[in-house]
Amino acid sequence: MIALNHYLVLASILFVIGIFGVFLNKKNIIIILMSIELMLLAVNINFVAFSSHLNDIMGQIFSLLILTVAAAEAAIGLAILVIYFRNKGSISVDDINEMKG
Amino acid sequence: MIVVSTLFYLFSFIMIASAFMVVLSRNPVHSVLFLILCFFNSAGIFLLLGAEFLAFILVIVYVGAVAVLFLFVVMMLDVEFKSITTSVISYLPIGMTIGFIVLAELILVLFTWNRDDVKSMSYSTENIEQISNTEMLGMVLYTDNILFFQLAGLILLASMIGAIVLTVNHRPSAKRQNISVQVDRDPKESIKNIDVKPGSGI
Amino acid sequence: MIYSSIVFLPLIGALITGLFGKTIGARSSEILTSSLVSISAILSWVVLADVGWVNGANDDVVIILKWLTSGNLDLSWSIRIDTLTAVMLVVVNTVSAVVHFYSIGYMHEDPSRQRFFSYLSLFTFAMLMLVTSNNFMQLFFGWEGVGLASYLLIGFWHHKESANNAAMKAFIVNRVGDFGFALGIFCIFFIFGSLDFDYVFSNVKYMADQNIYILGYSFNSISFICILLFIGAMGKSAQFFLHTWLPDAMEGPTPVSALIHAATMVTAGVFLVARCSPLYEMAPNVMSFIVFIGATTAIFAASVALVQNDIKRVIAYSTCSQLGYMFVALGLGAYQVGIFHLFTHAFFKALLFLGAGSVIHAMSNEQDMRNMGGLRKHIPKTYILMLVGTLALTGFGIPGIFGMAGFYSKDAIVEAAFATNLAISSYAFTMLVLAAFMTSFYSWRLVFMTFHGTPRASQDVISHIHESPNIMLVPLVVLVLGAILSGYLFYDSFIYHDFKEFWAGSIYILKENNILKDLHYVPTIVKWTPTLMMVLGLSLAYYFYIRKPNIPSKIASDQEVLYNFLLNKWYFDEIYDFLFVKPAVRIGRLFWKAGDENIINRYGPDGISKQVVRVTKRMVQLQSGLIYHYAFSMIIGLSIFITFYIIIGRG
Repeated sequence: MIALNHYLVLASILFVIGIFGVFLNKKNIIIILMSIELMLLAVNINFVAFSSHLNDIMGQIFSLLILTVAAAEAAIGLAILVIYFRNKGSISVDDINEMKG
Repeated sequence: MIVVSTLFYLFSFIMIASAFMVVLSRNPVHSVLFLILCFFNSAGIFLLLGAEFLAFILVIVYVGAVAVLFLFVVMMLDVEFKSITTSVISYLPIGMTIGFIVLAELILVLFTWNRDDVKSMSYSTENIEQISNTEMLGMVLYTDNILFFQLAGLILLASMIGAIVLTVNHRPSAKRQNISVQVDRDPKESIKNIDVKPGSGI
Repeated sequence: MIYSSIVFLPLIGALITGLFGKTIGARSSEILTSSLVSISAILSWVVLADVGWVNGANDDVVIILKWLTSGNLDLSWSIRIDTLTAVMLVVVNTVSAVVHFYSIGYMHEDPSRQRFFSYLSLFTFAMLMLVTSNNFMQLFFGWEGVGLASYLLIGFWHHKESANNAAMKAFIVNRVGDFGFALGIFCIFFIFGSLDFDYVFSNVKYMADQNIYILGYSFNSISFICILLFIGAMGKSAQFFLHTWLPDAMEGPTPVSALIHAATMVTAGVFLVARCSPLYEMAPNVMSFIVFIGATTAIFAASVALVQNDIKRVIAYSTCSQLGYMFVALGLGAYQVGIFHLFTHAFFKALLFLGAGSVIHAMSNEQDMRNMGGLRKHIPKTYILMLVGTLALTGFGIPGIFGMAGFYSKDAIVEAAFATNLAISSYAFTMLVLAAFMTSFYSWRLVFMTFHGTPRASQDVISHIHESPNIMLVPLVVLVLGAILSGYLFYDSFIYHDFKEFWAGSIYILKENNILKDLHYVPTIVKWTPTLMMVLGLSLAYYFYIRKPNIPSKIASDQEVLYNFLLNKWYFDEIYDFLFVKPAVRIGRLFWKAGDENIINRYGPDGISKQVVRVTKRMVQLQSGLIYHYAFSMIIGLSIFITFYIIIGRG
């Protein structure tokens, strides 16, 4: 029997990996966006696991909405990335330091 | 039960491995592909949990649209291959430490949490054999949660408009019609009567 | 009512002219202040007549305002009128009125003369506060007020650096004296418990044997108080050790020198000692000290005046010397004689100063006597004025018949010095006689060098010589009358037959103190000695400067050391510079550079600003602009929060 905890542990491991993806990469921005998708996926797993074990359908509804938002955010993020690449010519993370104070 | 456990461990193991590879692989195209693998495995997990509608939606929308979008952009931007540079190595120890701390705390919380404290049950799913997951979702989404549904639509609309506005690139040499200017033309300013002598031009 | 108006009319003039001088214009300020002070002057003569002769002395005290009450200290602003006050009122107001009118003409071209008149009236008010005070605190207020007015007036031409330095020097040297004075006031309060004149003076005999313990030594309390008060008087009246400011104070305009440094401010010290006569009578040691200082001042100043070349400096040193005379008189117990000399001296010294002002005005601001000469034909009226003043100063007169003002007062002091048989009085007598000789010599030297002989001025200056306008000469007539007649008219009242009724309770003398009686019964040769000295001085001056004018320069070159010693005022300025000024500058510099800059600035503002810059430089490195840095810090913050909540827990 797979207890709830197992699913939650899985979700948290995915979440942490996603976090690491954000700042452990030096290659390009797209990896960051993908890591964000990983984090969202982890949260989705969390919701669905709870929904299934508590017999509550709201978890799945919310997971659907999260999916929506994730899609929208990925679209916008990539659009911004494309524009940035058009203007700067590079998407290496180290080069994006215009906010340096 | 054995099948379920095996499947669960299989799916989760592959998912974690592919998640690692998303972050650590050199080729960004490989990263995207590993992401897709991750999504597939999570769809499997959802199926194990009994949320089949969500699992297929995940495959269709996430993999079919979002991951493909990622792939398009990766291809378009023509990113170079870069290996892990030395500065990452310097970050690695502290990053690992922090990561372990966060992970350990999360797991600690999960294993000491008392499940009996949770009360919810807004919608019961006891008769899960009779009604399919899709029908159950439909029963709730379009009636009591119609607001969320409409808001989700609005969010998508906003993102679509945003993406278009950001990336549109009017080329000045392309001819376009400006309807309102065309309709606004006044005969007085567009037609000029000129008396032309025969044999001479304008 | 009369008393209040005497004191406050000059204040009103000063305030109006000071605050609204620019609006009402220079002409109105001159007229306003001069008329107000003249009203005060006329009223003070009325008061003197009233208090001195008509109604008899009555110690009138008019309380104006309550000042402060704190514990045992209960002070109020009040006006005390007795004979001593009335005499001083007459002196101050008369000379001040004359000087006001004189300044209308003298300061005619000065653009800021409203300020001048306002300062003059302010000074008059402060001096009046001083002399009409009924407690030590108000006297100190007036004391400080005249010091302030003196600073403002000496430095009136404030764009001249020498004037600024002289003003500061005057104020600082006065400060040394004021410090002693303040300590004396503290001691009075400590011993007597009150600062009221009436209270203190009536309780002196009870405290006469008390001792005061300072720093482990015990002194007789009354003597201690008296010597501290006298230090204050030394500063204000330019006595021997604290005299250095008086010659430099000649940087101010001449009317200022006439008012402040001849007739009024410098006599404040004399007034103080006379007012505190009950205290001084109980301290015979201090009185001997006063005699010593006074006699030394007299001879010192007279010796220096012998060789000075600036016309105003000669008269300044003459003032210093005459103040020494006054203090000798006070120290011998003949307070009335000292005040009498103050009274007459005011008239002829002011006359001399203002006459010198006329000369300077005529010579287009030339002050060096070596460039003058033969002015008798050009400015005859001024010549007559100076002649009268000099005769009065040197004490021209025939004993028993008539004399000018100085004859009566100065000779009385010399006789008094002879008549006492203190150990110090023979020293005083010798010094005073010598000083009389020197006084006559340098006064006539001044007259001969300036008005007689061949003109030594340049042709340009001679063509511009003009007699002073009447506005400057007519007020001097008042002074001339005073210089000639004040001795003869007031001799009896002040120091001879009627002095007891005249002074009544205002000056206290012990029963054993018979000096006022004894001084009239000295041997005839002593009565003739000052006159003899005057004639000797006159003839020597005549010989040196008219018959054989090359002798002075020959003596000067022969006796070079002595000449330089006298010319440089016995090198006092250099000694004080070495002893006090340079160490003070060094200490100040030490505190400034090492203390202020190094220590305080380094740990205070500069240190803090450097630290702020250093910390911000480190902080700035946190904002690298790289996104993953920011995300990383977010994660770190998150992990800290989680750790915090797990360990501490929230129940």
